[in-house]
Amino acid sequence: MAANEELAMRVQPDRVHRSVYADPAIFELEMERIFGRAWLVLGHESQAKHPGDYFTTRMGREPVVVIRKDNGEIGVLVNRCAHRGSMVCAEGRGNTERFVCPYHGWSYDRAGALQAVPFASGYDKSKLPSGLKAVPRVSLYRGFIFASLSPQGEDLETFLGPARASLDDFVDRAPGGELEVAGGVFKHAYNGNWKLMLENHLDGAHPAWVHASSVAVARGAPEPGRPGEEHYYDIAVRQMRQNGAPESVWEAIGMWTTPHGHGYMGDYHSDDRLVAGMGNPVFDEYRKKLIERVGEKEADRILRVTLWNTILYPNCSFMSQFRQLRIIHPVAVDRSVVYTYSFRMKDAPPQMFRDTVAFANVVNGTGSWVLTDDLEVYERIQGGLSSGALDWVYIGRGHGRDIDESEGLRRGATGTSEIFIRAQFAAWLRYMSQ
Amino acid sequence: MNVEQFLYHEARLLDLQQFEAWLELFTDDATYWLPLERDQKDPLETSSIIHDDRTLLELRVKQARHPRAHARQPLARTVHQVGNVMVLSELDSDIRVASTLHLTEFRSEKQRVWGALVEHRLRRAGDSFRIAHKRVDLVNSEGELDGIAILF
Repeated sequence: MAANEELAMRVQPDRVHRSVYADPAIFELEMERIFGRAWLVLGHESQAKHPGDYFTTRMGREPVVVIRKDNGEIGVLVNRCAHRGSMVCAEGRGNTERFVCPYHGWSYDRAGALQAVPFASGYDKSKLPSGLKAVPRVSLYRGFIFASLSPQGEDLETFLGPARASLDDFVDRAPGGELEVAGGVFKHAYNGNWKLMLENHLDGAHPAWVHASSVAVARGAPEPGRPGEEHYYDIAVRQMRQNGAPESVWEAIGMWTTPHGHGYMGDYHSDDRLVAGMGNPVFDEYRKKLIERVGEKEADRILRVTLWNTILYPNCSFMSQFRQLRIIHPVAVDRSVVYTYSFRMKDAPPQMFRDTVAFANVVNGTGSWVLTDDLEVYERIQGGLSSGALDWVYIGRGHGRDIDESEGLRRGATGTSEIFIRAQFAAWLRYMSQ
Repeated sequence: MNVEQFLYHEARLLDLQQFEAWLELFTDDATYWLPLERDQKDPLETSSIIHDDRTLLELRVKQARHPRAHARQPLARTVHQVGNVMVLSELDSDIRVASTLHLTEFRSEKQRVWGALVEHRLRRAGDSFRIAHKRVDLVNSEGELDGIAILF
């Protein structure tokens, strides 16, 4: 496979070679060197609250089980029997005393240690494995579960760097100081490379084109209700209209990246644009509860944070203000699956969570007005890049005008700079060349 | 028109892409619901593949006609096969009707097949009906699905 020099040739400052999206051999290498090394977001501890609570997921293509162990810690086990390789746990979630392999009945405790083996006399005991393979590194940041398939590497806080601010914002907004996954999980798929999603979520130049149809119909829709007189459709109409913001708004947005390929937008949404703001009785009640917990000064500080889409490279994207998080599971070079989770803020008014659910349906649901057009475009990109007639993909919007800030943060010259894609590829090349 | 004929009529409007006429079948207070989860009770605190009031359903129909609705233009061709029609209950003006839906969709060299349990709540209107509520439970609603840009 490609020597590091050859990989570096495919990723240049303002362009990348199409093979990084279309070559199955590169994809295999990505699974080994990126998804096999980086910290990946697996979920949230509210998905496994009590000892024995578990849920299945994937790290890249590795099937894993995330479980709350008897000692209260979160463990991540590779979902593969040490005997003949069957997945010991059916896909899904639940609570269990132990994992029993459906094939020959080998059983494992909640920490993955081998407990019992039927027909035990047939085995040389010294050669029996000790249990399920545990994913070597697991770490939590403010309730979010991360794991890495690599035994070595930098710690989670270093990996997150300044992007911690986005996760902090996500949690700080909860009046009860905690979040909980709730309201169902959307699982959508598309025939395109995993990177296409991450390269779209911070792209302020695409909504006017990709989402032209939903912007147009929302503009023709009835007006959202005034504070206290809202309709069910308001969230949908507001959000779809927001995608049609004028160029000047997109250009003025803050766009930051970190040395690990993470990135986020600022100042795109503010609470008053999302929920009709101050004067909205639900928002006022929410703010009151937040003040009760943290005081007025801190509450105002929290609500003034306007970080929007955040990318945690390589597998996560979230929106703290609407309390939604997406995890991407690469399946093949041209096939990806995305799980979309909604979060309830502890002690927030119930309507806040209903807004989160409505937002998820409208914007990122499998049948939404908005997401469906993104998925169509991802598939068209994959179709275009499967052609060998042209080699290069141009990612040079704003190149040469990036602004270095503290802590390794780098800001795009404008809100529509493609700086976030360049940052993702800088991280890509570092993982791939290690 | 009897209940069975009405459901066939509704399905045919969709297959002929007469979405505006289909929309007219719904009452002003109608809801149109594709739950995300099996046996889902609540559309407000659990996500749905689609949960529209009449206003949102109209936006859905209008989007399908927009020249830059990338996932919808050209429109998918469909066959809605309605079966197992049963009147579950008839209370005052509301008639609850169960049926099954087998739907074949074709667009962009991709054919997909859907199966669903459907429940309508119909109201008599002259010699026909209007739809006050339509719930479509896809058998794979909890599965990993490519984007859905058709009407069920």
